[in-house]
Amino acid sequence: MVLEYEILEKRVLASRIKEIRIYAPLIAKSAKAGQFVIIIPDKYGERIPLTLVDWSRSEGWIKLVFLETGVSTIKLGLKRVGDRVYHVVGPLGNPSKIDYYGKVLLIGGGVANAALYPIARELKRKGNYIVAAIGARSSSVLIYEDELRSICDEVYVSTDDGSKGFKGYVSQLVDELLRKNSRYDIAWIIGPAPMMRECSKVTKKYGIKAYASLNSLMVCGMGMCGACRVRVGGSVKFTCIDGPEFEAHEVEWDELINRLNMYREDERKALQILLSRIRR
Amino acid sequence: MVKVKPRVPIPKRPVDERIRDFNEVIVGYDERQAIEEAKRCLQCPSKPCVKGCPIGVDIPRFIKFIRNREFEKAYRVLIEKCPIPAITGRVCPQEKQCERECILAKLGQPIAIGALERFVADWAREQGLEKIRHKERRIRGRRVAVVGSGPSGIVVALDLARLGYEITIFEALHKPGGVLVYGIPEFRLPKRIVEEELEYLKELEVEIKLGIVAGRTITLYQLLDEYDAVFIGAGAGHPRFLNIPGENLNDIYSANEFLTRVNLMKAYMFPTYDTPIHVGKRTAIIGAGNTAMDAARTAIRLGANEVYVLYRRTRKEMPARREEVINAEEEGVKSVFLVQPIEFMGSSKVESIKLMRMKLGEPDQTGRPKPIPTGEVIEFPADVVINAIGFHPNPLIPRTTPKLKTDNRGRIMTDQFGRTSIKRVYAGGDVVIGEGTVIEAMGQGRKVAKTIHLDLLRS
Repeated sequence: MVLEYEILEKRVLASRIKEIRIYAPLIAKSAKAGQFVIIIPDKYGERIPLTLVDWSRSEGWIKLVFLETGVSTIKLGLKRVGDRVYHVVGPLGNPSKIDYYGKVLLIGGGVANAALYPIARELKRKGNYIVAAIGARSSSVLIYEDELRSICDEVYVSTDDGSKGFKGYVSQLVDELLRKNSRYDIAWIIGPAPMMRECSKVTKKYGIKAYASLNSLMVCGMGMCGACRVRVGGSVKFTCIDGPEFEAHEVEWDELINRLNMYREDERKALQILLSRIRR
Repeated sequence: MVKVKPRVPIPKRPVDERIRDFNEVIVGYDERQAIEEAKRCLQCPSKPCVKGCPIGVDIPRFIKFIRNREFEKAYRVLIEKCPIPAITGRVCPQEKQCERECILAKLGQPIAIGALERFVADWAREQGLEKIRHKERRIRGRRVAVVGSGPSGIVVALDLARLGYEITIFEALHKPGGVLVYGIPEFRLPKRIVEEELEYLKELEVEIKLGIVAGRTITLYQLLDEYDAVFIGAGAGHPRFLNIPGENLNDIYSANEFLTRVNLMKAYMFPTYDTPIHVGKRTAIIGAGNTAMDAARTAIRLGANEVYVLYRRTRKEMPARREEVINAEEEGVKSVFLVQPIEFMGSSKVESIKLMRMKLGEPDQTGRPKPIPTGEVIEFPADVVINAIGFHPNPLIPRTTPKLKTDNRGRIMTDQFGRTSIKRVYAGGDVVIGEGTVIEAMGQGRKVAKTIHLDLLRS
């Protein structure tokens, strides 16, 4: 018998990037594009948010993709097929505003390219023409290109080192694309906060409305604690229950980035302890 | 003037010992002390203390049994009305309820009802006494969903389960207990005791499903399809902010975040547990309620050098229980009165708070003197700030259930019996009252459980 929160499948997508399928039938039943879950890897673990990448209502699983950057994601990455995750709760956050817009630009960076996938799929279902611009440090860590190509009408790739596609940041790629043709009805931006800040500037420059999916630090994920608060359009919002998607041009990006770094020292310390334990 | 024997003092651990750990501060009575205190009870026939109890515990009767050393009988009396006496004996504000009504309060010190309740409950737990006995399988095949496993939900679940209803509790977090687990610190209410008291739910075959967020994982309408009735006891866990500049600077916490990190996520054991917390050298708590005292005393234990409570009125108006204020003061928490934060300052993290000096004016709607700005502004250095000004009801269920009527403060509107604007949906506890106490929420739960029972009998 499959137990709740059991890992059904695990794939290594690139160095330090993993994809897992978890048995969570209630979450799969209600999941919508743009939502996330909170996951606790083991009983000592933190509650961390991860975007839902895919799910199956009939088979009862959800799919998550993550980059191993700290204690929680490394612990999660060490889990094997058949292991159970301590706790998963969701789906959380408001779903993406899926509608027919016309021509849509999806902008992704790094591990978050996977998070574009369900949004692309639902937007396609509504009949939108979809262009995706996805970036990565290098071609070896570029993920979800094939999955996005299977849905999107056009896909453009950038790598920081030029090993594939456009050489440079995805924000520069988007600038190039929009300089040639800026007739888009809406855009989505998902990636690391500094990348989203730059892409937000570019879409603003060309007058394209954009949603950004924020990756604030969270504890509860359900409006109880306020750890994830951000300033949007001058007022304080909770990423967990007011977001996670907000109008990108209204987000106070520097404040978000500052808050993301709040525990950097603690995280480094905890990571060192974990790594020394793993090596032993 | 009648001479009344003084109350048997309730033992506490010495300050310099207790501030170094998270173990419980109050030690509680031993048998001899409990019997001696119980002997002070006048056993008044009018039982004024019972009127002061939101859930109507027959106080003189259980005290009489203590006096006769019949602790098991005392326990049976207690749990007839209060299913979780080890918890209420610790966290109830008895001085505003039963103990305030005690005749002895007028002559000297009231009976220590809370301490006696706790004694009996702890004695029974140590003896391994089961609570079961009250199950009457009168009702069969009717199912009720309870949203939230905090104080109100616990009582609704237990009262209905005792009657034979099939109950499922849906809890959003990964541990049951609501505010008892994420909010109230270990040193005031050990989590082990919460777990043991909640065993009763299992004895009554109540199912608890963790990690289910009503309104997200499952909608209210889906619950109505599967259950005969739904009770919402989602609590008031949505923190209020001051809406002043600098509020999102790093190391400014809501009290809920600070306490959740420490209590639920065990950040006080970082890095054994993965959740970090910042405590600072000079920690400022804004507000002076019970939550503020909990946060201040937690900060002391985490090693903050100086902890200040900043309050816009004076010591006299502090809404926290007097006992908690005294505990906090003993442990080194200092207070600054008649100040109101108007801005947080710092580059990436908070460094200081701009405070407006206040003075007290005429009484406001709450009956307390209204604080008025004097125009004088001071700068108060602080490297961690914990905002404990209060809570709103959690907006998630109303937002995802548009037909559910709420008032302008976000509280779910009910009739006096706990019925909401949606048929077969009931609500109680802080999601209806705003900010109440554990026992008030329990009292509401009891009332609403009765309504649910009567409505389902009629339907």
